[in-house]
Amino acid sequence: MTKLTNRSYTYYFLLPAGIIYFVFFLLPTIMSFFFSMTWWTLTDWKFIGLENFITFLTEPSLNIGFKNTIIYAIVTCSLKVILGLLLGVFLSQKLKTIGFVRSMVFFPTLLSTIAVGMAFAMMMHPTQGLINTSLKIVGIAGPDWLGDTTIALLSVALVDVWKGVGMATVIFIAGIMSIPEDYYEALAIDGGNSFHKFWNIIVPLSRPAMNSVIILAFIGGLRSFDLVWAMTKGGPGFSTDLIASIIYKQYQGGFYGLSTAGNVILFIVVSALAFPLYAFLNKKEVDL
Amino acid sequence: MSETQIAVKAETTFRTNTRKRKTVRKLFSEILAIILSLIIFGVPFYFVIVNASKDTKESSLLNMDLPSSFHLFENIQSVMAAQNGMIIRAFFNSIMITGFSIAILILVGAMAGYVLQRRTSKMSPFFNFLILAGLIIPPAIVPTIWVLDGIGLFKTMPGIILVEVALNLPFTILLYKGFMATLPKELDEAALIDGCGRVRLFFSIILPLLKPVSATVIVLTAVGVYNDFVNPLYFFPGAENATLQLTLYNFSSMYNTQWNLLFTNILLISIPPLILFIFFNKKIVAGMTAGAVK
Repeated sequence: MTKLTNRSYTYYFLLPAGIIYFVFFLLPTIMSFFFSMTWWTLTDWKFIGLENFITFLTEPSLNIGFKNTIIYAIVTCSLKVILGLLLGVFLSQKLKTIGFVRSMVFFPTLLSTIAVGMAFAMMMHPTQGLINTSLKIVGIAGPDWLGDTTIALLSVALVDVWKGVGMATVIFIAGIMSIPEDYYEALAIDGGNSFHKFWNIIVPLSRPAMNSVIILAFIGGLRSFDLVWAMTKGGPGFSTDLIASIIYKQYQGGFYGLSTAGNVILFIVVSALAFPLYAFLNKKEVDL
Repeated sequence: MSETQIAVKAETTFRTNTRKRKTVRKLFSEILAIILSLIIFGVPFYFVIVNASKDTKESSLLNMDLPSSFHLFENIQSVMAAQNGMIIRAFFNSIMITGFSIAILILVGAMAGYVLQRRTSKMSPFFNFLILAGLIIPPAIVPTIWVLDGIGLFKTMPGIILVEVALNLPFTILLYKGFMATLPKELDEAALIDGCGRVRLFFSIILPLLKPVSATVIVLTAVGVYNDFVNPLYFFPGAENATLQLTLYNFSSMYNTQWNLLFTNILLISIPPLILFIFFNKKIVAGMTAGAVK
């Protein structure tokens, strides 16, 4: 009789995926460590040690990306978690129009980042933009959202949240829906109010969903590039430059070694923050 | 009335009152939800559509007023005609890249997900680590160009397709792996006993059963690759090679004074995701959360 063994599932089936993944993802990643230490023109290279990294970390126009990337990731991630949780609680109620509202919140996730960035850049125009003309009606002088170096990064981050909060919301809805009814019944017997329901049941028990949102939003924030590029191109000055946009600028300028050093730095930042965060969040998870 | 009766009566009035309060509150929150979602998520759409229907002069005011005369179709024609019909070329490219990426991802991803779920060995943790790494690590840009250039695929359609496949593989394999766990192993056993080969087992029995998750992969990849800006920007440059996202980006400087055309372009580019969303709403949401909530 034929028996199912490991041999029934040949590892040859992994070959096509493995080859594509290795050639177009792993190999470049491994090579980036070498090329980041060179002066490089694609055809020719010269080994220069850690010079690219030193330039990247000391040049003010380059290391600002470091700070901006962290701020951007923290701001977008925390807003997505908070707003996503509130929207998730709200949209897991049994309301008549729930389908419509959910679709409305989720749809921006599917739109092109470039299109969203451009539309919002228009709405954030300092004098004619929709946002500031509306604020004017209520008597508030709106700021120059994308032109003021102190708030430009936050303005872009807000658009990122607008586009991405739908994703966070549906993850939270899935988490909240999976909480067994018994908990709410027990709370009702103990005479808890809706704040207790939120704080003592929903928040701790939607923990797995929250962890997913945190991880996804945080990594997404660290790697972010296209929205910033569509809205400000890193300006004014270098105030909205992220590591990823600096990588692009250096690539455009023909500084391939420097650009690759940026890549390696981004790799280190993402791994240094994401893997421990992942381990930490998984440890704190509670069982349902 | 006895004390218990009073208590019961008090209890019932209390209940009806709270129920009434609840319905009022529910109605209130319902209205609030609609208004808020309309303002925050609806206004930007309205703004784009209204301005795409105006002439150049009116759209330069960037306001929300209705257009005094309707110019949407003219604007669409102008956008289509710009730079010798660049947008049509871009549309063709985007469709080709998306289509081939989907086809390869389904075939290659299903094969890998199938074996990785069924076969456990000392290698399994290593493969899982590779998948996780692929989800987290940002791709190295210039070294990828170097690899593509080395094998003659830089600035070519196969090149960008293979890069898209490589970057989307981890999530696809994860989806297939998750779904494979719901198919019983007895199925494989029965097929093998009936004299089915290992290859035929996968292609004529397993693969058709993976249809639901393949549908998810199709929709997610379609949205992801179609909307992708960064990878074509790096790996598919050149005038002939435009994709829809790149064209929109390049047009933005060209349309600096003709915002109505820019809005028309934004509108046109958003129609395919809208159509997908209308037909596959549930599938998209389920697919996107499936990988996340685990």
